[in-house]
Amino acid sequence: MASLKQSAIAVYEWVESRLGIIQPLTDAATHPTPASNASWWYVFGSAATVLLVFQVVTGILLALVYSPSANEAWTSLGILNHTIPLGWYLRALHGWGSDFMIAIVLIHLVQVFLFGAFKFPRELTWILGVFLLLLTLGMAFTGQVMRFDQDAYWGLGIGASIVSRVPFIGAPLVHLLLGAPIIGGATVSRFFTLHVFVIPGMLLGFAFLHIFMTLKHGVSEWPMPGRLVRKSTYVAEYHDLTAKTGIPFVPDAAWKDAVFAAAIILAVMACAFFFGPFGPTGTPDPTIIQTAPKPDFAFLWIYAVLAFLPNSLETPVLFVVPVVVIVGMLLLPLVAGQGERHWSRRPIAVLMVAVIALTLGIFTHLGTYTPWSPVMDAWTADPIPVEYLHNRTPLERQGALVLQDKQCRNCHSIGGSGGQRGPALDSIASHMTEDQIIRQILQGGGNMPAYGNALNPSETKALMRFLMTLRGDQAPAIDASRTLANTDQPQAAQPAPGPK
Amino acid sequence: MSDSIDNPQTASTEAPTPEAKAAAHTRRAFLFKLSVALNAAVGAVLAVPLVGYLLGPALGKNAKLGAWIPIGDLAEFPVGETRLAEFRSPVASFDDGDTAKTACWVRRISQQKLQVFAINCAHLGCPVRWFAQSKLFLCPCHGGAYYEDGSRASGPPERSLFEYRYQVIGTTLSIHAGDMPTLSTQASCNQPKPLIQIAPTTTRSDEWPA
Repeated sequence: MASLKQSAIAVYEWVESRLGIIQPLTDAATHPTPASNASWWYVFGSAATVLLVFQVVTGILLALVYSPSANEAWTSLGILNHTIPLGWYLRALHGWGSDFMIAIVLIHLVQVFLFGAFKFPRELTWILGVFLLLLTLGMAFTGQVMRFDQDAYWGLGIGASIVSRVPFIGAPLVHLLLGAPIIGGATVSRFFTLHVFVIPGMLLGFAFLHIFMTLKHGVSEWPMPGRLVRKSTYVAEYHDLTAKTGIPFVPDAAWKDAVFAAAIILAVMACAFFFGPFGPTGTPDPTIIQTAPKPDFAFLWIYAVLAFLPNSLETPVLFVVPVVVIVGMLLLPLVAGQGERHWSRRPIAVLMVAVIALTLGIFTHLGTYTPWSPVMDAWTADPIPVEYLHNRTPLERQGALVLQDKQCRNCHSIGGSGGQRGPALDSIASHMTEDQIIRQILQGGGNMPAYGNALNPSETKALMRFLMTLRGDQAPAIDASRTLANTDQPQAAQPAPGPK
Repeated sequence: MSDSIDNPQTASTEAPTPEAKAAAHTRRAFLFKLSVALNAAVGAVLAVPLVGYLLGPALGKNAKLGAWIPIGDLAEFPVGETRLAEFRSPVASFDDGDTAKTACWVRRISQQKLQVFAINCAHLGCPVRWFAQSKLFLCPCHGGAYYEDGSRASGPPERSLFEYRYQVIGTTLSIHAGDMPTLSTQASCNQPKPLIQIAPTTTRSDEWPA
C-alpha cells in the first residue's frame, strides 16, 4: 500500500515538475478569504460559471445532431426531439440551463450591486461583469434563433425591423444582420456562428478574466454599515482583515458554492425531465400567417414595452435608452467607487433595484398574455352571453350579430371573453351616450380604427341599439349638456363678480 | 545579451545613463521593432479583404437585389376583394428552404387597379391578417391595424403598410420583390416614404359622409 502511495506521489511530482500548474492552482484555490465570506449570499458567481460550462457541454452534444441550415434546422430539431434517444432531454437541459443561467447572472448582479462589491478595487471586475451579462443575453437571443421555428423567424423579423430604424445606415445594417436581403440560410448560418463560436469564445475569455480578477483582489468582505471604502486605505484594511480572520477558500467557504451549484444543476435536470424541451413551434414558413410570434421569457418585457411606446418616441427610445442604461452600468463603479457599501446606508441603490425589478416584472407579466394584441378568432369562437340576448328586440339581436360579424370581439370582450385591446363592452352604455358610441364606431379615435367604411347605416343602427342594452344594473349615460339645452327654465344667473 | 531586451519603460523612470540608453538601442531591439511594424503591415493587408468579406452582404450590388416575379393570374383576384398570394422570393439562396416562401396581400380595386401589400407590419415586421368583414388588417404582435387601402388605422405602426410595385402583363400579375420590407428596406414603394412620419396621422373622418 505504502509503495502504491509512494509511486502515486512520484507520478504527481514528475507531472508537476514539467507542467508546473497544479501547485499555483492549489494555492489559488486555498487562498485566504475573510471568514464572513463563507455565506450563502456569495454562491451565485460560481453557480453562473458552472452553468456556463454546463451550457458549453450540452451545446456541443446538441451540435452533434443539429443542422445549422434554414432548410434543415427545424427538421433536425424534430429528429432530436423524437428520433435520437435522449435528444429531447439534451435539448431540454440546454434550454432550461439557459433560463437558469440568465436568472443566476441577474441575481449575481443584484447581489454584487446591493453589497457594494463593485467599489474599489473591483471596478474592472464589475465592468467585465456587465459585458458578461450582455453576452449572456446575446446567447439567449441567438439561441432562440437556433430553435428555428415560427417564433425564431418572426423574432428575426422584429430584430431586423428594429435595426432598420437606425438613421442613415439602417438598410446596410439589416443586410449585415440577415446576411441576405431576406431571412434565410445566410441568417441561420451567421446566428449559428455567433451562438457557437463568437459569443461563447468571448464569454469564456471574459469569465476567465472576471474570475482571475476576483482572485487577485480577493472576494469582497461582508459589508458593514459605516465601514467606508477609501482608495488610500482599503487594500491595507482588506489584507488586515484577511490576515486576522482569514479562512482558506477551499474548503472552508467553497463547500457552500459546491452545494448550491449541485442544487442548481439538479433543478435544471428536474425542469428538463418534467417539463421537457422548448418547442419548436410550427415550421419557419413565412406564408403561414396564422401565428402570434412571441420572444422567449428573457425578452418578453421588451416585447411589452414596444407595444406601449407612442410611435413618435419608439425609434429614439429603442436606441437611446439601451445606450444610457449600459453606459450607466459601466460607469457606476467609476462614479461610486468609494464610500459606503452596506445596503442600509444606500437607500437609492435599494430603491433602484426595487423599481427596476418591479418594472421588468410587470412588463414581463404583461408580455405573457399580451392584452394589446387582438384575439384573432374571438369573433367566431367567443359567444355572446345568453342573458344579453334575453328580452331583446329583433333589431337589438341583429346588432349582436353585427358585433360578432364585424370582428368587434377581437378587441372588445363581452362576458369575459374576447380581446382586451379596447374596453370591455358589458356596461358600455352606462358611461357612453348613444351619440358618443356612434361617433366612436364610425370615426374611431383613441386606439380604435374608424368603421365608417365597414358598416352600412342599418348595421350601425342595429349595433348601436344592441350596445345601448349593455349597461349592467346601472342607469344609462346621459349627456349633461343636452339636458341643459332641453330645459325650459334658464339657469339662475350667477352673480357676476363686479368691480370693487 | 538578455539585458538589451529589458523593458525600456521601467528603466526610463530613473534618469537613464547614456550607456543604458545605448543598450536599449541595440540592433536586436531595432530589429524587433521593425518586425512588429512588418506584422502590423501584413495584418492590415490581411484585414482589408476580411472586413470586405464580412461586410459583403451590406455592400454594393448585393444590397440592391430584386426582380419582377409573377404571383398569379388576375382571375384569382376578384374585383373588390383582398386575397393572400404566395411566391418564392426572387432573391432566395440555395439553403433558404421554406423561408424563401413569401406572402403578400393583393387588393383588386378595379379591373386594372390593384394594391399589393407586404404581409410585414410596418411596426416590427410581424405578419398582418386581413379581416374582410371589418375591412382591417390586424397585426398579432402589438395590435397594429390598417384600413383596406393599407393606411394606418391604429396601434403602434408609424406609417401605412409596405406596398409592392406591380404590373399586369396579359392576365398575369407580377410584383417587384427583393428585400424583406422594413422601414429602411421598403418593398419597392411607389413613392419613397419617410422613415418617421412627423405629421399627425391623418384621420379618416373626411373620407366618408358623416
